[in-house]
Amino acid sequence: MSAVTELLQQVVEGVGSGAVYASLALALVLIHRFTGIVNFAQGELAMISTYVAWQLVASGMSFWLALPVTLAVSFAGGMLVERIVIRPVQNAPELTMVIVTVGLFIFVNAMAGLIWSFTVKDFPQPFPDGGIDLGGVRVDWSSLGIIAVVAVVMSLLYVLFQHTSVGLVMRAVAGNPASARLSGIRVGRVLMLGWGLAATVGAVSGVLVAPVLFLEPNMMGGVLIYAFAAATLGGFDSPVGAVVGGLLVGVAETLAGAYVDVIGADLKVGVPLVIILAVLLVRPQGLFGRAAVERA
Amino acid sequence: MSTITATLGTGRARRLRATLTTLLAAGVALGAPFYFAPFQVFQLTMVLLYAVALAGLNLLVGFGGQISLGHGAFFAAGAYTAAVMLDRYETGHLATLPVAAVGCFLLGLGFGVPALRLRGLYLALVTLAFAVFLPPLLKRLEPVTGGSMGLTVDKLQAPAWSGLAEDQWTYFVVLAVTAVALLLARNLLRSRVGRALLAMRDNESAAEVMGVRLSLHKTLAFAWSALFAGVSGCVYTWVIGFVSPDSFSFVLSITLLAGLVVGGLASLYGPLLGAAFVMYVPSVAQDISDAAPGVVFGLLIIAVMFVAPTGLAGLAGRLRGVAASRLTRTTPPAADDRTPDSEPSASPAPADPAPVDAEPVGAQPRTEKD
Amino acid sequence: MRKTTTLRAAAAAAAALLLATACNSQRGQDDKDAAADGACQGQQTTGITDKSIRLGGIYPLSGPASAYGTISKGVSAYFKHVNDKGGIDGRKVEFVVRDDGYQPPKAVEEARRLVEQEKVFAVFQTLGTPSTAAVWDYLNKRKVPQPFVATGASVWGTDGDHLWTSGWQPNYIAEARVYAKYLKEEKPKAKVAVLYQNDDFGKDLLGGFKAAIAGGGIKVAAEESYEVTDPSVSAQMTSLARSKADVLLNITTPKFGSQALAADAKNTKWNPLHIVNNVSSSATVLKPVGFKNVQGVVSATYFKDPADPQWADDAEMKTYQDALRTYAPDSDPANQFNAYGWAAASSLHKALDAMKCPTREGLRDAVRNLKDVKVDMLLPGVTLSTGPDDAFPIETMQLMRFKGERWQLFGKPVDTRKEFGPLAK
Repeated sequence: MSAVTELLQQVVEGVGSGAVYASLALALVLIHRFTGIVNFAQGELAMISTYVAWQLVASGMSFWLALPVTLAVSFAGGMLVERIVIRPVQNAPELTMVIVTVGLFIFVNAMAGLIWSFTVKDFPQPFPDGGIDLGGVRVDWSSLGIIAVVAVVMSLLYVLFQHTSVGLVMRAVAGNPASARLSGIRVGRVLMLGWGLAATVGAVSGVLVAPVLFLEPNMMGGVLIYAFAAATLGGFDSPVGAVVGGLLVGVAETLAGAYVDVIGADLKVGVPLVIILAVLLVRPQGLFGRAAVERA
Repeated sequence: MSTITATLGTGRARRLRATLTTLLAAGVALGAPFYFAPFQVFQLTMVLLYAVALAGLNLLVGFGGQISLGHGAFFAAGAYTAAVMLDRYETGHLATLPVAAVGCFLLGLGFGVPALRLRGLYLALVTLAFAVFLPPLLKRLEPVTGGSMGLTVDKLQAPAWSGLAEDQWTYFVVLAVTAVALLLARNLLRSRVGRALLAMRDNESAAEVMGVRLSLHKTLAFAWSALFAGVSGCVYTWVIGFVSPDSFSFVLSITLLAGLVVGGLASLYGPLLGAAFVMYVPSVAQDISDAAPGVVFGLLIIAVMFVAPTGLAGLAGRLRGVAASRLTRTTPPAADDRTPDSEPSASPAPADPAPVDAEPVGAQPRTEKD
Repeated sequence: MRKTTTLRAAAAAAAALLLATACNSQRGQDDKDAAADGACQGQQTTGITDKSIRLGGIYPLSGPASAYGTISKGVSAYFKHVNDKGGIDGRKVEFVVRDDGYQPPKAVEEARRLVEQEKVFAVFQTLGTPSTAAVWDYLNKRKVPQPFVATGASVWGTDGDHLWTSGWQPNYIAEARVYAKYLKEEKPKAKVAVLYQNDDFGKDLLGGFKAAIAGGGIKVAAEESYEVTDPSVSAQMTSLARSKADVLLNITTPKFGSQALAADAKNTKWNPLHIVNNVSSSATVLKPVGFKNVQGVVSATYFKDPADPQWADDAEMKTYQDALRTYAPDSDPANQFNAYGWAAASSLHKALDAMKCPTREGLRDAVRNLKDVKVDMLLPGVTLSTGPDDAFPIETMQLMRFKGERWQLFGKPVDTRKEFGPLAK
């Protein structure tokens, strides 16, 4: 194997993990667009959705039937979480809401452990085994599958944000709930919709990555940190940014870990940090984010 | 004439009340280690040391309006500074404190520079990345930090002349550090720096127009806040006598922030309440459910935020407000009139923490939105 | 008016505090530790009577390492099972479990609680190297036995200053020696690629392996680490594949073990001999990867895996399964960590039986004076042996290879003490 194909193989590897980060980052971006907060529990909600899918498959349902059921359950679950957990602190400072999501994180994680134990579960792989060989570079079908699904979700979100009335309403709500309410928008419903959609996107993410990462209650914990990095890099309000950010983070850390001996696998987590800092110092709103205009 | 005497009377009563409260608090704080069992004294010690870190975080988040999810890293830096000094150079415990403080202050200054550019969410996540990066870095620097096995160092020992047990001596040392730190935090807020911070938090542009030097004060806020976290970490090493990279995972940073918000932002004794929450509630959670303490702990965090959206300190203030309006039906409750912004500098009763934490609604830090 | 109220309140509070201090101080009780008389005169009998014995244990029931928390259920189930049969030498065991969330400061707090408030006879297990390292100074100063810690770091058995602490499971260096010995015999010129967890566990095992192969023909060709917070090890596996090594030494904890096994199976161009360390060798780790993908994988073990069908008819395994169903119905008997707890608890039972005096000193001495003690949950041929300078009860492991749907033990149990001599301090 030549040095070039080795390099390409590592890039492919990086894109594969980057797509994993991007999938969850999309859910983070979605919730942020709707509600203006960072949801620490997003990964754990995705994990719970994945367990729902696993439970359905384990009880004999076919994967392709279990998937839509899971997505529907997640959508309803997300709305329920907003109604029960978030609504009561709606008018509290934003940090209070963020800490509520931290509490939700701890709760959901422990709950999953209680119900399904911490033993690793195997999750059915929706994509075929094996992969294709492109001039010596092996690309797994599963990686290609994840990338394809992430691209589809990203496009759907883009359309939702830019070309639908929901997108407009959502922006109004996230920007200023009080004036949105005054202009007749039912803010509560919009926020519930946001949580439901984010939970659904999260469920897609969980189902995609579970065959690769193996399902257990802490599955999404590590992904969440990288998804934060991806969203921060891309700009917290852009789905395209989330995906580009995810891929950049994935490729950069893989290459640095593999080729820069000083960094090595242990310190590769620092690479996205440096990139993020560098990008944000030039563009504080992230690569694809829009600068906030402040009213004094 | 009679009104003047009445005013004087209430003023004096207030001052007296404040003095008494302080004395009482001091009495309880000093008496506690002679009453409680050693392990309870140890718990109190931990509450005090976490309170120092939370007070620092409060400067930044509560009063500065910037969010840091990386204070565990500064805490770790302070802890490791102390541990390495004790382990390799065998300096006394006391010598480690100024080094950890100055070191973390400088580290905070360094971090304050990018913090100038970043706001809200972005700053929070960059600091979180820093907290994630620190443990593997500590493992890599094995010759100095002892790698993943960590360092075991001597704990504080009570000198013979004191006649105290180890836990009591440790408690008093930590109490002294905490008292100084909390006083320092309070005075900082009443100084120019504090007023500038508050002005900035409430309206950055207006503050700038009024001549507040944004960049300087933002950076300084970060540095001071890091100093407190570093001091807290240093004291942690004295008390626990053991540091390891995995003790300072990003979970610690998130716990610190959660503790602060639960305790009450922009409140002077919020950090103490938050520290007590972080310290005691996990044990309570286990007493409630052995099977899954995490389930209970998560629920308790959410429950507290429901009951007291502005933190436990705010809850106390609100209860007092309710009680006051019940007692003196005719006059509106004084606590509700005060705004946290103007009070710290104007407050005539320094020992009464009520003015500052009466209503930390303005504490809402702003995250960037489009 | 207001003034007097406040004054009165303050005075009352102060008086109450003083009164409480005078009459009801919670201090001082703790110095009244009970002492024995007769032949065991002066020794501590805190937490033990003729009818009962109180033990404590500290586990991560919450937080990132809560997967190991279930060990406490295996331990509890064992003691409940023993209590129902009359207890240990007539003494009923009370086992107090505390949660430290895998945080050293919390472990210190809980250790103090167990010793000072719960007045336990011994802190039976502390889980994980950081938590154990944080509390062992305290426990040794207080002269409280800390037998059979649930971590395999090599310091527990070699440190001469902590005589109240002892290890239990084969230390990671001993395990590494077993693999080194196997490779020396099977592939004396092997190039080895190593995937390891970047903490005390991974470093100890890797270091032990390197020391054991030093001077021979075996070389470590590549090594890659991961953090427990990493989502996956796939990038590391790609890097290791570049080395074209003949052997892959997989030093991981369960989830990452599954990931590495799956990544190895997927890469058809690189087919090294895959050695997976004991922590990740449970059938619960291999099954998600698919048994067809893990054929020929080699590992070593010392206790019976409850998920392995070959022990299905084993008498002790049946007792274990029944006891777990009775006393810990919410836990999964097939989880190896439950069996680990069971085995450790039955080891403690043996040590308690061997005490000359029913005192803390008696337990300390008994733990360091075990001679080929048989424990039914351990593999045949694996016994507990310790000495005054050797606090590693188990240093024997047996190799096994995965075939079909189960592990097949092969060769004789390897006693690393005999093969390599005692560990250096």
